[in-house]
Amino acid sequence: MMISGAEIVIKCLQEEKVDCVFGYPGGSVLHIYDALFKQDLIKHVLVRHEQAAVHAADAYSRSSQRVGVALVTSGPGVTNTVTGIATAYMDSIPMVVLCGQVPTSYIGQDAFQECDTVGITRPCVKHNFLVKDVKDLALTIKKAFHIAATGRPGPVVVDIPKDVTAQMCEFEYPKTIQMRSYNPVVKGHLGQIKKAVQVLQEAKRPIIYAGGGVILSDAAEQLTRLAKKLDFPVTNTLMGLGAYPATDRQFVGMLGMHGTFEANNAMHYADVILAVGARFDDRVIGNPEHFGSEQRRIIHIDVDPSSISKRVKVDVPIVGNVADVLDEMLKLLDTGCKTDPEVADWWKQIDTWRGRNSLAYRQSNHIMPQYVVEKLYEVTAGEAFITSDVGQHQMFAAQYYKFDKPRRWINSGGLGTMGVGLPYGMGVLMANPGAPVACITGEGSIQMCIQEMSTCKQYELPVKIINLNNGMLGMVRQWQEMFYSKRYSQSYVSSLPDFVKLAEAYGHVGMRIEKPEDVVPALQKAFTEHKNDLVFMDFIIDPGANVFPMVAAGKGLTEMILAEEL
Amino acid sequence: MRHIISILIENEAGALSRVSGLFSARGYNIESLTVAPTEDESLSRMTILTVGSDDVVEQITKQLNKLVDVVKVVDLSEAAHVERELMMIKVRATGKDREEMKRMTDIFRGRIIDVTETTYVIELTGDSTKLDAFIAALDGGLILETVRTGVCGIGRGDRILKV
Ligand SMILES: Cc1ncc(C[n+]2csc(CCOP(=O)(O)OP(=O)(O)O)c2C)c(N)n1
Ligand SMILES: [Mg+2]
Repeated sequence: MMISGAEIVIKCLQEEKVDCVFGYPGGSVLHIYDALFKQDLIKHVLVRHEQAAVHAADAYSRSSQRVGVALVTSGPGVTNTVTGIATAYMDSIPMVVLCGQVPTSYIGQDAFQECDTVGITRPCVKHNFLVKDVKDLALTIKKAFHIAATGRPGPVVVDIPKDVTAQMCEFEYPKTIQMRSYNPVVKGHLGQIKKAVQVLQEAKRPIIYAGGGVILSDAAEQLTRLAKKLDFPVTNTLMGLGAYPATDRQFVGMLGMHGTFEANNAMHYADVILAVGARFDDRVIGNPEHFGSEQRRIIHIDVDPSSISKRVKVDVPIVGNVADVLDEMLKLLDTGCKTDPEVADWWKQIDTWRGRNSLAYRQSNHIMPQYVVEKLYEVTAGEAFITSDVGQHQMFAAQYYKFDKPRRWINSGGLGTMGVGLPYGMGVLMANPGAPVACITGEGSIQMCIQEMSTCKQYELPVKIINLNNGMLGMVRQWQEMFYSKRYSQSYVSSLPDFVKLAEAYGHVGMRIEKPEDVVPALQKAFTEHKNDLVFMDFIIDPGANVFPMVAAGKGLTEMILAEEL
Repeated sequence: MRHIISILIENEAGALSRVSGLFSARGYNIESLTVAPTEDESLSRMTILTVGSDDVVEQITKQLNKLVDVVKVVDLSEAAHVERELMMIKVRATGKDREEMKRMTDIFRGRIIDVTETTYVIELTGDSTKLDAFIAALDGGLILETVRTGVCGIGRGDRILKV
C-alpha cells in the first residue's frame, strides 16, 4: 500500500516505539502534523519555544534509556533548536530531531523559511541527513535512530523537505541496518582488559574516576560491583553523578573545579587511575601540566577512541562499550582478586582529607542555598529526579544532593546551557510519569525558558521549581569577586518579576520563602499537598554565598580555594 | 611533521564539508586537499596534507574515523608510499626567455601544453618539493599564474586502501 511521506515519518516513529514527541508546527511540517493528528499512539507535547522541545527530548532520553524525539518546522524552527542540539551533543545524548524543510525544488532559492539546516547543525550533531527522495525516508530515519543510540551516542538531525512528506511510497521499515562506514566497537580488547586488571591489583593508591559514559552505557551496576570487589575509592564527574551511590563509604564525592578536597587530592596523588566513560576535560583536571606532574598509570575505558589520550596520555587504553568492558573485568576478577595491602594506608590518607570537611558552609541569617538542597534531599528521601540550570545553584545541587541512582541528575555539563532546567523537568516527567521532579535553578537561568510554565500547565507537568534567588548572576559574580577585584560588571539582575505572581498567572502555585525556618515546611507542602501541581518556590537566599571548594581556571587540582569562614 | 592522510568516504553531498569543517573546528591544518570519486563511484577518496605533531595527527585520524560517512582512514606517510602533485604554470615566453623556458621545462621533465606568441603553459608532475624547486628556478617576474592540485598519494606494494 502506498502511503505519504508524512505517514511514513509517523510509522517509523511508531516502529521505534516512540511514545512522545516534543515539537512545534509550521508550514513545512504541516503534512507531518496532519499525519500525527490521525493516530493516537504517539503523544505530542506542544512547547512554547523550539529550544525547549529539544531540551525536553534530551531530558526524556537522559532520564530513561530511550531516544528522545523533537519535531520542528524549517527556518526559524530549526535555528531555535541549535542551542538544544549543541547541548545534547556535548553530553553525548541520543536524540533524533526531525526538521521540516522547504520543498526540494526551492532549496537554494532563499525561499520563505529556508535555512541550510544540514550546514548549520553539522558541527553540533553526531550526524545529519537531508532526505531528497521519499524512497529513502524510512531507511534514513532507521539510520538516524541507530546512529543516535549506538557507539558514543549523540543527536542526529533529519531534514525533510515538504514535498517529500507529500509524495507517496510503499512503506517498509528495515529490521536491521548495516553501514560499511559506521561500526562502533562494543567489546574491549581482551589483552588490554587483562593488563588493566593486573595494573589495578598492583595499585597502592588507586582511584576510580567515573563519568557520564557509565550512565550512558547503563553500567552503574557493574561499576559498583567492581569498586566493591576492589574496595577502591570512587569519584564521579559532574556528568557521572549517580553512576556510583553517593551515600556509599567508598564515594569520595565529585571531583574537578568544584570537587571535594578528598576527591581532588585522591585523583592527583593516585598511582593508578581507572577512568571509566570520562574524558579528563578542563573542568575536571584543571591545569594539565600540574596534573601531569605526578607519576601514575592510567587505564581508560571509553567507547570513543578519540577521547583516549586526547588531553592526558593513557597507559592502558581500552576502547569499548563501558558495560561490556566492565563485565569482562568482573569476570576476570571473579577468578581471583588480590589488591595491594598498602591500599589500607591510602584509605587512611583519604579519611584525613575527608576530615577537612570541605563542603561545610558558613551560617547566615539568610537562607543558604546549600541548606535548601540538603533539605530538598531529605524531604524527597533522595528519590527525586533533579534537573538543574547553570550557575552556582547547579554546583550546589551537584554537591549537596546525594545521587544514589543513575539518570536522576539531569544537567548540561558540557555546554553549560542556562535555560535547560525547566524543559528538562518536562522531558523527565514525560519519560517518568508521576515521579518527583525538582528543577534547581536561579533567577537568571529560569528566565531563559520561563515560557515553558505554560506547557507545564497544558500537560499537567508538576515540576517543583527550586529557584535559588540571589538576585545575581551568581556564578559570574563569584568570579568577579575573586578575580576581578569585585567589579560586578552586569552580574546584578534588577527588575526581577514577582515569581509568585508569575507562577499564578500561568495557573500554577507560587511560594516565596525568605526565612531559614520556612524552608522545610515549604518543601514538605510542595511535595505533599501540591504533589500534582507545578510549584514555583522562590527561595530568597544569601546573595554572598559562594561555591567551594574551587580550583580556579589554570590552577592545579590540589590548589583548591576552600570555604573562607568555618 | 608533514603527514599525508588518505580517506575513503561515502560519495554523498556534504561529505567534503564534514571533513573540512572538522579541520577548521578543531584547529587542524590543511595544507592541501584533493578529492574525487574512486573506481567505485559510491566512494570518494580524499587526500589531505597536514602538518602537526604525532599527537595531533593521531587525534586527526581518530576524529576523521568518527565521522559517520568515513569508511577508512590511513596516514600514508607512516610507511612506504608514493606521492604526486600536478602543477600548471603560465609563464611569459618572449625573446630569449622562450628558449630558456623550454630548456627548464625539459630539465624538470615537464611539458608545454599551450603556446601563444607570448606565453607558455607548462605542466609538471612530481612530489611537492620538485614543483617548489621548479618555481624557484624560474625568474619570478615571468610567472603569470600557477595552479596546483595538491598532493595525492598511494601506498607502495601491498599497502592497499580499499573497502
Ligand atoms: C546561555 C548562557 N549564557 C551565559 C552563560 C554564562 N553563565 C554561567 S552561570 C551564569 C549565571 C547564572 O545565574 P543564575 O541562573 O541566577 O544562577 P546563580 O549562579 O545565581 O545560581 C552565567 C551568566 C551560560 N552558562 N549560559
Ligand atoms: Mg542567581
